[in-house]
Amino acid sequence: MAYNWNWGVFLQPTATGDESTYFGWMLYGFKMTIALSLSAWLIALAVGAVVGVLRTVPNKWLSGIATAYVEVFRNIPLLVQLFLWYFVIPELLPENLGNAFKQTNPILQQFLASMVCLALFTSARVAEQVRSGINSLPPGQKNAGLAMGFTLPQTYRHVMLPMAVRLIVPPLTSEFLNIFKNSAVCSTIGLLELAAQGRQLVDYTAQPYESFIAVTVAYLLINVVVMFGMRWVEGYVRVPGYIGGK
Amino acid sequence: MHDYDWSSIPNSLPFLWDGMKISLEITLSAVVFGIIWGTLLALMRLSPVKPLSWFAAGYVNLFRAVPLVMVLLWFFLIVPRLLESLLGLPRGTDMRLASAIAGFALFEAAYYSEIIRAGIQSVPKGQMGAASALGMTYGQAMRLVVLPQAFRNMVPLLLTQGIILFQDTSLVYVSALADFFGAAYKVGDRDGRLVELLLFAGAVYFVLCFTASRIVRHYQNRLKTA
Repeated sequence: MAYNWNWGVFLQPTATGDESTYFGWMLYGFKMTIALSLSAWLIALAVGAVVGVLRTVPNKWLSGIATAYVEVFRNIPLLVQLFLWYFVIPELLPENLGNAFKQTNPILQQFLASMVCLALFTSARVAEQVRSGINSLPPGQKNAGLAMGFTLPQTYRHVMLPMAVRLIVPPLTSEFLNIFKNSAVCSTIGLLELAAQGRQLVDYTAQPYESFIAVTVAYLLINVVVMFGMRWVEGYVRVPGYIGGK
Repeated sequence: MHDYDWSSIPNSLPFLWDGMKISLEITLSAVVFGIIWGTLLALMRLSPVKPLSWFAAGYVNLFRAVPLVMVLLWFFLIVPRLLESLLGLPRGTDMRLASAIAGFALFEAAYYSEIIRAGIQSVPKGQMGAASALGMTYGQAMRLVVLPQAFRNMVPLLLTQGIILFQDTSLVYVSALADFFGAAYKVGDRDGRLVELLLFAGAVYFVLCFTASRIVRHYQNRLKTA
């Protein structure tokens, strides 16, 4: 079979005349993937920490609500959740809020829906890690805190959470990697992130191999950078005396 | 607020069921092929032959670093064309279902192989030693002694991965293949009832996956006490 390899295609100006090269398109997608994943990750950490803590509290109502939250977000496919956020939630909001959303810039709409969707999807997984981190602590720690006269919130704040946070860093690394990979799903609602740009490149350049190889390498690059970064963080927070500790 | 009208769901149930059959077909085939290929990968990874173990490690790390959507796009846009030109098939042969199954199986095999590798390593070393002492070859010891015990411990994890795979099959949406989610979207789009159909699809996925994961958990607990 005769295929014309042409890596120079990335330096050509685009066919739409928007003063960008095809490499510029890829760069735009790359930045979009990074911005989306990082912003969603911050929300996921915050929400996941709260939900994870609530799953371990003695109050049946609070832990029940937290469990239901986790089950809902873990048992519906990400793609379905994304479509629910993008197509359904704006319809279910009070009319003025829904209309306000629909009148904003379409790119902002796609970005917001994707961000909220990825954030809450990931927060359920973060919550599970937080819960297992807290449950892995020896029960004596909580009892000792309470015996010292700390209230339950104080025991969490000063005794259990500082330990649990350090223990869950390694499992959170894989969730952090996942959020970058999952962000590719957002190409389905038209957000021009990395995977979507790859697809567009195939359509416009007719050089499918170069386009997909470039996008795949970009994802590998993100993966490697995150892995090395997190390895550094893991070394920094390691707890002496635990497996993998100093 | 939205005016609900659920009437388009009962009429399109047969169409939605056809979609569900495609989702299940992809899931089951990908689970079966993924476990077979994943077992081979795990054995290669643990094998003393260095090139085999490098290949398996490279394969697993590559597939785990790339988004599933990207893998599926490779399989929908590029692999069919490649096969057409290699095998001389007529242009535009519909290989979407076959490519979907192949893509999912090759992708999931990377995840299965990690589960299986951990399972094999969890079998005490003495088992392998005892089998060797009885005169079994490496292959016999693996097949008759180590793998059966490893698989017994792995069943819950393999099933959980299967549930995740079932959720991920909705991503064949990128190829316009009408799986359950694709069918629901099409009906909603046709009748202008996207809100109802998407809510319905979400509810169906939730009920199925929630029930399945409860059953797996029940089985897991029974395994622990046994």
